[in-house]
Amino acid sequence: MENTEIIKVQHLAKKFGSFQAVKDVSFTVNKGDVFGFLGPNGAGKSTTIRCMLSLIQANHGSIELFGKELSTHRNEVLSKIGSIIEKPDFYRYLSAEKNLEIFARISGKDVSRREIAEMLDFVGLNGRNKDKVSGFSHGMKQRLGIAQTLLHQPELIVLDEPTTGLDPQGIVEIRKLILRLKTEQNKTVILSSHQLSEIELISNRMVIINKGQSIIEGDVKELLNAQEMVVQMELDDLDKAVRILTDQFKEASYKCLNDRNIEIQIEKKHVPLVNQAFVEQGISVHSMEPKRKLEDFFMKIIQS
Amino acid sequence: MLLKNTYNEFIKILAKPRSYLGIGALTLLVLIILFAMKADGKSFISFVTASFEQTLSFNGNILNGNLIAFIILQMLIVHIPLLVSLVTGDLISGEAAMGTIRMLATKPISRTQIVLSKFIAGAVYTLILTLWLGFLALIVGKWIFGSGDLIVLNSDGLVILKEQDILWRYGLSFGVAYLALLTISTLSICLSAFAENSIGPIVSTMAIIILFTIIGSLDVSVFDSIKPFLFTTHMASWRSFFEDPVPWSTIRNSVLILLAHNVVLILIALYKFNKKDITS
Repeated sequence: MENTEIIKVQHLAKKFGSFQAVKDVSFTVNKGDVFGFLGPNGAGKSTTIRCMLSLIQANHGSIELFGKELSTHRNEVLSKIGSIIEKPDFYRYLSAEKNLEIFARISGKDVSRREIAEMLDFVGLNGRNKDKVSGFSHGMKQRLGIAQTLLHQPELIVLDEPTTGLDPQGIVEIRKLILRLKTEQNKTVILSSHQLSEIELISNRMVIINKGQSIIEGDVKELLNAQEMVVQMELDDLDKAVRILTDQFKEASYKCLNDRNIEIQIEKKHVPLVNQAFVEQGISVHSMEPKRKLEDFFMKIIQS
Repeated sequence: MLLKNTYNEFIKILAKPRSYLGIGALTLLVLIILFAMKADGKSFISFVTASFEQTLSFNGNILNGNLIAFIILQMLIVHIPLLVSLVTGDLISGEAAMGTIRMLATKPISRTQIVLSKFIAGAVYTLILTLWLGFLALIVGKWIFGSGDLIVLNSDGLVILKEQDILWRYGLSFGVAYLALLTISTLSICLSAFAENSIGPIVSTMAIIILFTIIGSLDVSVFDSIKPFLFTTHMASWRSFFEDPVPWSTIRNSVLILLAHNVVLILIALYKFNKKDITS
């Protein structure tokens, strides 16, 4: 992966009247990243993204996209971005094809009808080209939204809560689509979500923001792996296991669930060592199930 | 980019049912007036000419297409603003209500161009409405009622205009009527930049017209200084072309005030929309 910074947000702040929606948000996104933008509802994710797309004017801070200041190179920068903010909204009285034609016309690049048809095919809306958007389900609108973001071959795709309101099948489809953008088209994607599991499944890097401030930024795997996880184990000798844990793994905490099952909270890197110690001491390990609670991790981060 | 987005605006206007509602309502109103005049126009005319019949003798086809066009224009110029604002008042706020304004504002087109393209599309729609009114009133009116001299009753008495001396007056009066309607269109688009729903700017436009019309008609000296600057005062300036001689300086003054309104309203809309945080 190239390590070229294509987004650099520094000390962003935005106030609506007396309400400070964003206090101090900073992060960088590299070319080729699927970047998770994570935070609870009301953390300031949408406001930050809206500032990045010039929908909202920030009170303080700087936004650099593709090495250029957004405020002075707005149109040039926006021509390289495709976005869906919260939910894609279209002209309900127009067909899917006409809607795409309208947005393509002002996208800064010439898009042919054939390309529009291909894009509708790519997002699985082939055959619905002439149908009015008023008859589309939320999932279909979401896919049409993604088609709209991709039409002009943008380098950066910004998706703000793209799975909100979708049924489980729709969520899986959108996730697959995002991964295809990364693998087949090598796009840089910013994905805003309040769901850790979604970020973990799709993103390689992330920033967590809370109460309008960026708290932590980095590689998703490193950030998650550095944290403690919970492992549930089924053993044949629980007393012996407790003794081993007390003697050899003082940093671990545990909870006996019944006479065969124990839940151990420990750093991820120590999990194989615990397993090895149990086996070496003659304990039969019947099962081991990771129970890392992402939400707990998330809460821990934002509470600290 | 301005032209491309203006083309987009035309597509949107053409696809909206309410755009045809305005044209349909206008057609229906004109047809009702034409039917009423055909059925009982003579008694309507004799009611107007009765007070002059002791001193004047009226011969020939008084109830002709030229008079019908004048009557229609006089009756409808009060109602057409509603039909205009029904479409133009929705141009910005309708996008905000639908959420499409987010999509538009994240495209590489400046907000100034977005607003200007809406003003241009609104102006073209208003022009189409005015031309359609002209066609129905003058062409269809003449086809049904024939042609002839035009008798107009104004505050100074009767003005009789020769048949050959009328067409240019209609041409210019429709031009000034268009400018008045364009001011309504601009006002509603300007109000639309402040709103997040479709109905607000339409109702506000009509409320402003009603308020200004009431102020204009109140014979109270306290409003005398502002009356000449209210656009509603100049809405009926098209009638001046049917005076003899034509009061050119009065018309020029009306045109300048209407143009000034248009420029100021466009500037307000541009300022507001450029400063607006799109949070919808």
